[in-house]
Amino acid sequence: MTRSCGELKGRVGMLGLIAAEAAIFTIFIVAYLFYAGKSLAGPTPEDVLHAPIVLTLGLLASSVTVHAGVRKLRGGDVRAFARWWIATLALGAVFLAGTAVEWHRLIYVDGLTLQTNLFGTTYFSLVGLHAFHVTVGVAALLSASLLAVLGLVKPVHAYHADVFSLYWHFVDAVWVVVFLVVYVIGR
Amino acid sequence: MSTESLALPRPAVATPFVDRLHAWVTTVDHKRLGLMYIGYALCFLVLGGLEATAMRIQLIAPRYTFVSPQVFNRLFTMHGTTMIFFVAMPLMFGFANYLMPLMIGARDMAFPRLNAFSFWLTAFGGLLLYFSLIGANGLAGVGNAPDVGWFAYAPLTSRTFSPGHSTDYWTLSLLVSGFGSIGTAINIITTIVCMRCPGMTPGRMPLLVWLNLVMASLVILAVSPLSAAQLMLLVDRYLGGHFFDTQAGGSAVVWMHFFWIFGHPEVYVLVLPAFAFVSEIIPVFSRKPIFGYAVMVGATVGIGFIGMSVWAHHMFTVGMSANANTFFVFATMAIAVPTGIKIFNWLATMWGGKIDLRAPMLFCVAFLFQFLVAGLTGVMLSAAPLDWQLGNSYFVVAHFHYVIVGGILFAVFAAFYYWFPKVTGRRYREGLARLHFWLFAIGFHLTFDFMHVPGLLGMPRRIYTYEPGRGWDVWNLIVTIGVFFQIAGTLAFVLNLVLSALFGEEAGADPWDAWTLEWTVSSPPPAYNFAELPTVRSRRPLWDVKHPDDPDWKYE
Repeated sequence: MTRSCGELKGRVGMLGLIAAEAAIFTIFIVAYLFYAGKSLAGPTPEDVLHAPIVLTLGLLASSVTVHAGVRKLRGGDVRAFARWWIATLALGAVFLAGTAVEWHRLIYVDGLTLQTNLFGTTYFSLVGLHAFHVTVGVAALLSASLLAVLGLVKPVHAYHADVFSLYWHFVDAVWVVVFLVVYVIGR
Repeated sequence: MSTESLALPRPAVATPFVDRLHAWVTTVDHKRLGLMYIGYALCFLVLGGLEATAMRIQLIAPRYTFVSPQVFNRLFTMHGTTMIFFVAMPLMFGFANYLMPLMIGARDMAFPRLNAFSFWLTAFGGLLLYFSLIGANGLAGVGNAPDVGWFAYAPLTSRTFSPGHSTDYWTLSLLVSGFGSIGTAINIITTIVCMRCPGMTPGRMPLLVWLNLVMASLVILAVSPLSAAQLMLLVDRYLGGHFFDTQAGGSAVVWMHFFWIFGHPEVYVLVLPAFAFVSEIIPVFSRKPIFGYAVMVGATVGIGFIGMSVWAHHMFTVGMSANANTFFVFATMAIAVPTGIKIFNWLATMWGGKIDLRAPMLFCVAFLFQFLVAGLTGVMLSAAPLDWQLGNSYFVVAHFHYVIVGGILFAVFAAFYYWFPKVTGRRYREGLARLHFWLFAIGFHLTFDFMHVPGLLGMPRRIYTYEPGRGWDVWNLIVTIGVFFQIAGTLAFVLNLVLSALFGEEAGADPWDAWTLEWTVSSPPPAYNFAELPTVRSRRPLWDVKHPDDPDWKYE
């Protein structure tokens, strides 16, 4: 089997997975929008949510870094690949830490949990589902970066990295939608 | 990749049983996984069939006490869930797995290990569902099966109305098998896109491959929402969420929407592979190429598109707005157009052909007739005003069993007989197959033709018994009698499979004088499928080989 066929296979498979994930997210987003403003008790999104603009910019930037890494690996520069992907990893980790801080504030300061009201249920489910996907991506980035640092990544692996980058772009794109729905429209 | 071959001559010393079992359990070969899907589905078919039989015995006469009301609720829940998720879908995935790589000239699926992973997810999902029988209240307590119906409407599934863990087993089993289905769907699509042999352009793919492509796309678009809804139900039940909790402002109707966004496309997920079998079998047994290939592909894609936008016709009785009702009435009726095109194309394929009415074709002809009737009652039910009268009655039960049994199951039986020689290398017994056909056809019509009548007379579905004197008695008696014919037919089918696989005469590579690539390899096919990847120049590559003087590629 030629490499090009293998590369195509990985991309098509990943696009299929992305389509399935997009359908799952769509259902959660529809639920969020449908239940917006239908909570019987507070707190409401207006009271407690603050748009995490810096984290959002960081996550968007990570799409650029992940892509730069793949390009460097294609070009045979494994060290530059490792640098770009560690940067991506850091941006992803910072995003997760930001989510953790926000959730801690919501739970312990504002008294909003998943059980409090419909807003809590839909907010933690949707943002949590996205954070879960970021976590999976961060775990993959961590493994790849470790392998790169150990010198086990070769330019021949560029297509694996490319397939992963599709996933990471998707996670970013979903965040744009979640951000708009939760922090702009839903507030 | 498995190195064992189904076709290799048996070594002088038989392989120990444990080694053979190990080879099957660890296999990533698409043919073995396909057979495992099918074998697994047949086991669950027996379970689901026994559940149906118990329900029909309970309903044979008014105020009969064969099972308790509680058990009856569990029976219809388990019957529906089993038949859809652990019989019909694995059957379709099994056939797709086995046939598709052979038909497009590939050596395996695109992701063999994902394939095995998906199978085992489905398999363990089914076990999880049935484990509820002993585990639902904790192993020490009395277990029970889920009893919320196969579409598990809220708020029945809330902790208040469904204590214990039976609903959790239901949810988790569908979630796990759903991930397996999505994995298989991704695999099917990738295989079709990336693994076709030289010359196998999209316009030359067998219709079975086209229909499975649309089927897999529907699985991705439909099963994912179901998985999302199951996740929400788990959040509600385990973390105290309020998605479907009407006391906290949640909506039971939202669950209905989410379920049927899955539930209706699911019908097309199951019926498209059935169409696929019929589209392969009718041409071979009419000795003519399929009529209107391009239109068939277009109609399939059309069914896929429209099928995604008709779900709320399951909810006319809920009370939607007039606009919503109107939209879903017309969307639903529109689907009769591409489906009708298909039926006419199959008829046109048969028209003027040299029809050979052996078992596969016999089942296909019955399929055509029965699927048409199922479609006609479907058009009746798609009219919202009539649905308000007939919704949730036995008329609906009769309608969808006409689709699933009369349409899909008959096509599956046709596929079993058609590809049996390829899979086992042996011929099935034609006489026993005809016995199976007639017993099953008589049983099917006794059960499901007459089931429409008590529905029209007002008998609701899912009732465990009924009062005498409502005019339902004799119809229910006939319906139950039909079940025993179906059981007898199924026994003939299983007997045929077993006897023929063990003692049938050698079939050879191409017993039907067929035209697609799977018939070019030995029966059963070697593990690597093709020693040399074939090159095709038309839709009927084997015809071209057999008729070098008059090949198809001159005309396509």
